[in-house]
Parts: sequence; structure tokens; C-alpha cells
Amino acid sequence: MTDEAQESGVAPHGGDLVRRHRVSTRLWHWINAVTIFTMLMSGLMIFNAHPRLYWGQYGANSDRAWLQIGSSGGRGVLVVGGEAYDTTGVLGVWKDRDGIERRRAFPWWATIPSSYSLADARIWHFFFAWVLVLSAAAYLVASLLNRHLQRDLLPRGAELRPGHVWRDVRDHLRLRFPRGAAAARYGILQKLAYVGVILGLIPLLILTGLTMSPGVNAAWPWLLDLFGGRQSARSIHFLCAAAMLVFILVHLLMVLLSGPFNQLRAMITGAYRLPREKDR
Amino acid sequence: MISRRKLIGSLAAGAGGLILSGCNRINADPRVRSVLQSAEGLTMRAQRLITDRTALAREFGAADLSPLFRSNGTRKPVGTAYETHLRAGFADWRLVVDGLVARPLSLSMAQLRALPRRTQITRHDCVEGWSAIGQWTGAPLKLLLDMAGLRTSARYLIFHCADRYAQGDYYESIDLIDAFHPQTILAWGLNGQPLPVGNGAPLRLRVERQLGYKHAKYVQRIEAVESLSAHGRGKGGYWEDYYDYAWYAGI
Repeated sequence: MTDEAQESGVAPHGGDLVRRHRVSTRLWHWINAVTIFTMLMSGLMIFNAHPRLYWGQYGANSDRAWLQIGSSGGRGVLVVGGEAYDTTGVLGVWKDRDGIERRRAFPWWATIPSSYSLADARIWHFFFAWVLVLSAAAYLVASLLNRHLQRDLLPRGAELRPGHVWRDVRDHLRLRFPRGAAAARYGILQKLAYVGVILGLIPLLILTGLTMSPGVNAAWPWLLDLFGGRQSARSIHFLCAAAMLVFILVHLLMVLLSGPFNQLRAMITGAYRLPREKDR
Repeated sequence: MISRRKLIGSLAAGAGGLILSGCNRINADPRVRSVLQSAEGLTMRAQRLITDRTALAREFGAADLSPLFRSNGTRKPVGTAYETHLRAGFADWRLVVDGLVARPLSLSMAQLRALPRRTQITRHDCVEGWSAIGQWTGAPLKLLLDMAGLRTSARYLIFHCADRYAQGDYYESIDLIDAFHPQTILAWGLNGQPLPVGNGAPLRLRVERQLGYKHAKYVQRIEAVESLSAHGRGKGGYWEDYYDYAWYAGI
């Protein structure tokens, strides 16, 4: 964080306007907001073409699926492991915008495009896959060069001590967010979440996506060994996308709880007002 | 501050409205589509740039075979012509190789089976997402192309098939990099048996490293051409022409 007050040697106080996010962070954040959203929704449409997930090298209708979304007797059904759940109205059986009942895994409001088209979903998914790969690579190079990754994102040894992590977990649960100078830096849970997404989830999504390509399989067969087969890669890809959705929901919740206007401004202009210290 | 807040609010509302009401309109806009579809060419060039273009698809062992190799798309071509061939055990079925070749070929199934063969256990990936592993036996396509003598102007092969869909005859096309690949065969056997009708009897293309819809079934004619534009709607295949599937199905 290039905090002007800190650079001039004076510690920032609650109420100060500090510079929180670099332009590269802000730009990548908003590119991602569009890219991840589009990829999740077009991905659900691709899943709709074969709403079953398997482990191993192969898997088709007659093989054992560990997850399946379908319909039975007019009811929507989600089957995970051996358990079946009724999901009528949301998964498997739902009504489209015109009130017509459809039998597809994910409903119209969750997919791109909203009416069934595997070909169109693939066109959207693979265009934004390029955006994701190129923008993530550019961000990582920039963040290594300007030391954003080392200084702001990677946890320090002391922060990883169980006592410190536990205190941060408790503070989050009590909705007690840092104030004053402490709010200028990321907390350990924030660091773990952001590093987990940037260096864990996004690379895993890209690699498991490539493992589903028969062309890439031929050139880089080690990908098949790494993930245990093409169908395992497809399952991991789906689970990572689900984890990404959970991250986004928690992220949005935290923005709402910690002052949405201030956070949104910081991510647009870079300027963040440090919350005032509580009166003692 | 208030004005900025208002601006952000209306931008968010605008984006939300655009997403909910305009998604299908954006999806249908030809300018948007052409930008989005440009990624296909990028994917093809990138794959061929950073990977070995002769790399072999993984071959598996007998223990890895799918218990059941499912059939998809056309499960049996409609019409008396195909029915007659099926009843005669495809004795009179002929594969024609023509177009930009020096010596057009017309081969019977007996002649094709007598050619040097290649057997490979490979994974078939449907564009829908499922995979099946099967053992394929057939004549390397390179062998037929060498027999026919491809002209230097030939750049693509078009596979004309016996099955029909709502909009027209099934056809597919590949370029010469895939055509001369050692695992590209015209298969007449699956799992040690004659090719079943559901999987493309008597003859189908196996073009490993591509998705399932490129592996044309019921192949009866291979035409060498300079450009794909003169056939169908010019995009190189039935699914490409009528449903906007990618011609390069490397992913």
C-alpha cells in the first residue's frame, strides 16, 4: 500500500483518506468481476449439456456419476453420492421467463445464454478464458515487479500463528473490523482468501480446464496424471468454480458489512478512508 | 460525494438491467459474436504454437476400456439405401476419395480391411462433456491419401456421410495436419468387433485430439479441397454451419 502519510513519516489515523489499491489491482478486479461472472454462467450452461460428474479417465451415461442433476416423475432431482434431493423449481425442473416448464439442470437465470445452447456457451466461455489467462498473467507479473504480492498479499510468519488467525476469525464473527492505521493493511483471513484465489483457485481452474482439451492432452499428458484423468479434471473444475462462487458471496458480504461505499470507492478511485478509532 | 454515489448506483442498476434483459440480445448481436468467436482461431494457433503438432493422443490399456461405449448423434441413418447396405453386410459399400487428387479411389470394405491397419485404444470426448474409452481398428488415412496422390493445392479434407439431419447431410472437415497425423484412421472395428451401426458402421473417422463431432460416422466419400467455403454454409461441417460449433475442436 502506498500510503502517503506513511511515506512522509507520519502514521495515518482513523478518518484519513489513504491510497489503498494500485491501478493494476483496481483494473484487474473489475476485469475479473466481468470475466468470472461470465465464465461461471456460461460454465453452468456447458454443464447442462451433460449434467453428470465422474471420477477417472472416462465417464458417460452408463457409468457411475458422483453428482447428477436431472428430473424424475416431473420433479427436479439432485443426486450426490447416494443421496437424492428434491430441487424442483430450481434445479432439474424449472419455469423459464415465459412460464414454460423446462427440464435442464441449471435454470435460465443462472446461465449464459439463458436458453439452451451448448455452442454459444462455449463461445462465451473460451473467449473469456483468454481474458482470464492473459489478465491474470499480467497482474501476477506486475504484482511481482511492484512487490504488491510480497508486501501486501503474502502472509508473514507471525500472522500465521494459530493464536493470531483465531483472533482474526473471532473478530470477523463478531463483525469487529480493524480501525485506524490497522485498517490500511489486509488481515490474515483476507490475505489467505486472496492468495488462495490468486495462486490456488485460478491456476487450478485454468489447468483443469486445459486437461479437458483433447488437443492439450496429447501434448501435455502429465496433466491427465496430475488430476487423475479427464473426468476427474472436469469434476475438480466444477468444484473449483463452486468454491469461487462461495468466495464471491463471502467477499460481497464482507464489503456490505465493512462499509460498502468506502470499499467501492477504494476499488474504483483507490482512495480509502480509514475507519475512525472507537472512543475509549 | 452524493453525485458519485448516484453515478455508481445507476451504473450498477444499468449493468444489472443489461444483464437480465439484454443477455440474449447481446448473445445474438453479430458484431459481439464475431469478437467472441475470434478466440477459436487464437486457440488453434496457440495450441499449435506451444505444443508439438505431431504429439500423439494418449493410448490406454485393455483394462481402461469403458464397459459400454455409448452411441450419440445419429444412431442409424434413415433410408432404404443404408438399410440395403446393412442387410448385405456392406459388401457393396464403397469409399470414394476424390477432389484434388491425382488418382481418385473407390475402395470396397474388403479392400479397406486388407490394407495395413492400426489399432489404438483412445479416449473419445463428446463436446457435451462425457468420455468413453474404446479400441479402434482401421486404415491410416495417410495411406489412402498417399495412394490417391494429394495435389499441392489441397488444404482440407471433407468427409461426406450417409446420415441426414434436419437441415442437411452430415459432413465434417479437417486440415492436413490432422489428416496426416499417425493416429488419424478410418476405423471399421471397435473393441475387436466390426464397427456397430450406432458408432458409424461400416466406416468412421477417428481424428484423435479433436472432440467427438469431428469424428464423422458413416463416411462414404472423402473430398480433397482448397477451401471450405463451397460446401454447406462454408464453415466446414454440419454442426459448424447450423449451430455455430467451433471448426477447430481442440478444446
